[in-house]
Amino acid sequence: MKILVCISNVPDTTTKITFTNDNTEFNAAGVQFILNPYDEIALSRAIDLCEGGKGTVTVINVGDSSTEPTIRKALAIGADDAVRINAIPQDAYFVATQIAEYAKTQQFDLILTGRESIDHNGAQVPAMIAELLDIPSVSIVKKLDFDGKTATLSREIEGGKEVVEVDAPFVASCAEGVAEWKIPNMRGIMSARTKPLQVMEAAATEQLSKINQYQTPAPRSAVKMVDADNVKGLVELLHSEAKVI
Amino acid sequence: MGLKENSMSVLVYVENTEGQFKKSAFEVVSYAKAIADQLNTNLVALSIGQVANEQLNNLGGYGAQKVLNCNSIQTFDSQAYAAVISEAATKESAEVVVMANSFSGKGLSPRVAVKLKAGLASGAVELPQINGGQLSVKKTAYSGKAFAMLALNTQVKVIALNPNAFQVKENSTAAQIESFQASSATSRVKVKEVVRASDKISLPEAELVVSAGRGMKGPENWHLVEDLAQALGAATACSKPVSDAGWRPHEEHVGQTGIAVSPNLYIAVGISGAIQHLAGVSSSKTIVAINKDPEAPFFKVADYGIVGDAMEVLPKLTEAVKAYKAQS
Repeated sequence: MKILVCISNVPDTTTKITFTNDNTEFNAAGVQFILNPYDEIALSRAIDLCEGGKGTVTVINVGDSSTEPTIRKALAIGADDAVRINAIPQDAYFVATQIAEYAKTQQFDLILTGRESIDHNGAQVPAMIAELLDIPSVSIVKKLDFDGKTATLSREIEGGKEVVEVDAPFVASCAEGVAEWKIPNMRGIMSARTKPLQVMEAAATEQLSKINQYQTPAPRSAVKMVDADNVKGLVELLHSEAKVI
Repeated sequence: MGLKENSMSVLVYVENTEGQFKKSAFEVVSYAKAIADQLNTNLVALSIGQVANEQLNNLGGYGAQKVLNCNSIQTFDSQAYAAVISEAATKESAEVVVMANSFSGKGLSPRVAVKLKAGLASGAVELPQINGGQLSVKKTAYSGKAFAMLALNTQVKVIALNPNAFQVKENSTAAQIESFQASSATSRVKVKEVVRASDKISLPEAELVVSAGRGMKGPENWHLVEDLAQALGAATACSKPVSDAGWRPHEEHVGQTGIAVSPNLYIAVGISGAIQHLAGVSSSKTIVAINKDPEAPFFKVADYGIVGDAMEVLPKLTEAVKAYKAQS
């Protein structure tokens, strides 16, 4: 079994988001970057599926050399090898094209991603890879079992879940529930340094969208405190002032 | 109003839930209608699956002039659905394709964008700005901590609209219904089971949300949260520590690594307000924070606050809501 896990290098979840250059660029100064949490649980599931020599897990990232600590983290968690496509991501189509082009040269049974990256939140790359490879995809997967040929997946839908069956190869975007987060142990951290990390040049492709500017949310007005003994007063405010009930 | 003698159009794919269109579906049609008006062009709706004609007619009530009905596919497969939507877009010369940024939509819009070689804006929260052939779309970024203005320069554009981001607007039109079958659609994903809790309100689409955190002390006290939610007609949600501890299922976890919500009312009970949680709720229209710690960060973003113990405040608030509902 061969599994490809697509990983993204994103600002830590505690980051206060600011922008520079007239709000056209993310301000990365002093920001700690991490392995996208959803990609990390996709990776955890892949490692579980391959446990006991049942297969290998390759991680792939599209980014410049600054993403290598995140790639090494993925190797420390338990991926067998890594590929970095040496390019600054232009948009989701650009990233998906790079990953699809690499996947075409290999025979992966499963391609796993996180449900979305916590920076752009597009949730676009997984289904784009699948479309570029003309294979099925299942999004927001909370449970994934695979017997080497056919997978049973549970995906989130509004107000419930849908259980589906699909034959490999396919793409699945993973959400909480699909696996437990793994903490790398000392052996993993040591071996990550020597695991293969192949750097490849980017394939020529187009950019279909471009971020022109960022905005931060408008500040909210000051809080109006209501006494704990006056919950009726709160209900009245929600009705007459906020007009939400 | 009849179809304009204009070869271009806006195509809106309208998701149904077991044959019915919900409010979120009408939001997407209303949004697409507003874009069709901006572009002075026709709005064509597309429905996939078994939907009765009277339901399809309802789409005219929000501005669809034509409804394409593809009833040959019974279960969801993003690959097959994307083929139908792209074929419909080509047939109708759509310059913009609109759909919901729902759980299924997230698997669908990227495939449609690739098929049509279209720029894609997912997570749209406002109408696009139109500048010649370019559309600029405001979308969420950094998990609710920011917005991005995304420019789409391609000939065809795809926009996936966030739930609760656009007001439903009635726009009475007599829709003409046409049968539509796509030649290239094949399903490779087999749906084995669909589980939907009929009494439960879907969290991303909910207009009112009651959310609770570790201040509830344990899962055995959750009936207090559910009582308030039921009295209000709200969905229930929780913070990350609560879902991590297994007190509540993951699908209720709201925040940066969970679900982002933008309801009219978000009541946070016993949640301190870590930056990751606030990111997922910051676009809520009204926020109420209930916390026994007057220094809790949640009070800095809340519109209304009560300092008090969740166990004591919740039952009183539920009673007050019931009393209000009874007299109104």
